[in-house]
Amino acid sequence: MEKINNILLIKDGHIIDPSQGINGIGDVIIKGGAIAAINLKNGKRDRAFEKTASGLKGLPDLETIDAAGLYVLPGLVDMHTHLREPGHEHKETISTGTMAAVRGGFTSVCAMPNTNPVNDNPTVTVFIIKKAMKEGFCSVYPIGAITKGQKGEELAEIGLMYDAGCRAFSDDGRPVMSSIVMRRALEYSRTFNVPIISHCEDLPLADNGVMNEGILSTTLGLKGVPSAAEEVMVARDIILSELTGGRLHIAHVSTAGSVRLIRQAKEHGIRVTAETCPHYFSITEDAVKVYNTNAKVNPPLRSERDIEAIKEGLRDGTIDVIATDHAPHHRDEKLQEFDKSPSGISGLETALGLGLRLVEEGVLTLDALAEKMAFNPARIVGIDKGTLRPGADGDVTIIDSKREITIDADAFVSMGKNTPFDNWPLKGIPVITIVRGKIAFSVERTAFSEGSGIHE
Amino acid sequence: MTKDLVGIKEMSKEDIEQVLLTASSFKDVLKRDIKKVPALRGKTVVNLFFEPSTRTKTSFELAEKRLSTDVLNFSVPMSSVVKGETLYDTVKTIEAYGVDFIVIRHASSGAPHFIARNVSASVINAGDGINEHPTQALLDAFSILEKRGTLDGLKIAIIGDIFHSRVAKSNIYLLSKFNTSIRLIGPPTLIPDIGDYNVEVFFDMDKGLKDIDVVMMLRIQTERQGRGFFPSTREYSKYWGMDMRRLNLTGKNTIVMHPGPMNRGVEIASDVADSSRSVVLDQVTNGIAVRMAVMYLLAGNGKN
Repeated sequence: MEKINNILLIKDGHIIDPSQGINGIGDVIIKGGAIAAINLKNGKRDRAFEKTASGLKGLPDLETIDAAGLYVLPGLVDMHTHLREPGHEHKETISTGTMAAVRGGFTSVCAMPNTNPVNDNPTVTVFIIKKAMKEGFCSVYPIGAITKGQKGEELAEIGLMYDAGCRAFSDDGRPVMSSIVMRRALEYSRTFNVPIISHCEDLPLADNGVMNEGILSTTLGLKGVPSAAEEVMVARDIILSELTGGRLHIAHVSTAGSVRLIRQAKEHGIRVTAETCPHYFSITEDAVKVYNTNAKVNPPLRSERDIEAIKEGLRDGTIDVIATDHAPHHRDEKLQEFDKSPSGISGLETALGLGLRLVEEGVLTLDALAEKMAFNPARIVGIDKGTLRPGADGDVTIIDSKREITIDADAFVSMGKNTPFDNWPLKGIPVITIVRGKIAFSVERTAFSEGSGIHE
Repeated sequence: MTKDLVGIKEMSKEDIEQVLLTASSFKDVLKRDIKKVPALRGKTVVNLFFEPSTRTKTSFELAEKRLSTDVLNFSVPMSSVVKGETLYDTVKTIEAYGVDFIVIRHASSGAPHFIARNVSASVINAGDGINEHPTQALLDAFSILEKRGTLDGLKIAIIGDIFHSRVAKSNIYLLSKFNTSIRLIGPPTLIPDIGDYNVEVFFDMDKGLKDIDVVMMLRIQTERQGRGFFPSTREYSKYWGMDMRRLNLTGKNTIVMHPGPMNRGVEIASDVADSSRSVVLDQVTNGIAVRMAVMYLLAGNGKN
């Protein structure tokens, strides 16, 4: 008989929850799929906790996790994931993508709409949600397209998709090139108070480039994309956000110039938030050398100077979120000429480890990392996640910060093995991922638990 | 030499010198009545041209025949590539035929590197995208040596569309391994940032030509005009075309090179192309000798 796992007691872990300012040793109790109580062992006795705890004794369904020496964080939230289903099931499915998510410590993912058909109407939204409830390993929040077919011409049914469960809107993979369409989207989205996530790329300026523009693109003979192709769109969208009062979120920031523009916009009180991805603070364009298609990504990997600026942006709060931009591709698609290969990195299973390098380097505290990988993305997308506050969903990520591993792309549970980080040593991995009170992944058991993709 | 010739970037100066030296022996062979040698008898070469090419393909094919190899020509319009076969599958199939050399021209930069990683045959880059055209640079160097006796101390101007020219890139990488001064001349839209290769950039052609010993003209692709790199061929010709007046701004013994095919009246005036200073046809002849040398050395000959 399947165990109900009705009550989960996570004992003696080092709890980090920026949403409540918690950083200390203690226990977490999850009951009925929701956080019931936290007890910090700093001398104070938590009455609510004791009340809950006293009711636990002798219960047959009580499961205890010894988290001594481990960090206990709110479940990570990835606000930028490509699950590929429907339409590109040879690259990834909702099932395999969410399995990769929980292996990477994520308990919620936001699925980008560039599927086939595009998620530009409530029928597709409902399909994704139903499929995720049935086959998913974590919560899935679809992101709806801004425009019909992601063509950048007519607004998609933002309201109907919102009602169906979309919590943000984006034409990710493509920019909204028309300024008037972007203006309307930012204006119209105010009805539902949802963010418009902008893929900033001036297509004519990018001119079909396939890597960062610079000396290396010249000497590899590959067409470059200048930083300006991203920055002119960041600037445009900030200006349109100011004009309309719409909530703007800049996806995958890759350049120093974008960080500067976003910092200035925030200083002026404009409603803009921003994300970057682990590859933009971990590796430079040098990874492209010898025409490594696994390092081909859009926007492209940039320079050391950009990495420094992005780290500074993360440190000073200009960049709110670390998202994966998990973009799995089939092996055959990457085994091609560099310019023919699709862009994208399979990122769910390496993001936390690469994020922890920032903690090791002193760029971020673990609290700040939890904020950028759990609390902030949840807040921006408007979901009650990324927190261990009692009453919230019982989503928890338990991390062993001392465990050393070597990244093995072939061992990814994602169908996309496309990573430039293969064979990288990492220190710190998620050991247990709990979704709504249920252990969805455990490194010791190398077991996954299906059917956790419940959607409210 | 290593297994493959994918680019000048990947070659050492010693390897380049060895190719040039070996090429001069083959040039002697080409002057004989019977121009064929049994050096690579029993070896098989496939010419895999994914882009239209007459000169380079002919030159390779002749070099291969002069070396007594068995030659296979794989032309793309008749192949399964048009049926959607991937490059990977195409070359794996060719490898299964048991070929020793794959000569490849491809529109994608890095395609020869990709193939070289995946097959055991020797891969020779006959031009990849806007990356490199290494045998052209080798034959250019050979032609300069033939006329000037040395590369060292020479001032060389490369003129035209540097950005899209794999010939220019390979020449820059080769010449910078020797004690030369390299000047790039052309409109700013066609001169990329090339970093540490120690080149001087001139937008003003007259100034750039002062004291030059070797002029390397590049073919200007007229379709660049529509993409905004320059307004018209007429205007291009006025500012960056080589004519007699400009040639006279250079040294008396200056030679003029062009990889062909030439756009007469655009980047090069006919009187320059046909003058005694032009070495365009020597380049064509030398191309065969140099390509023979490359294959001969890649086959493992010339080792101490």
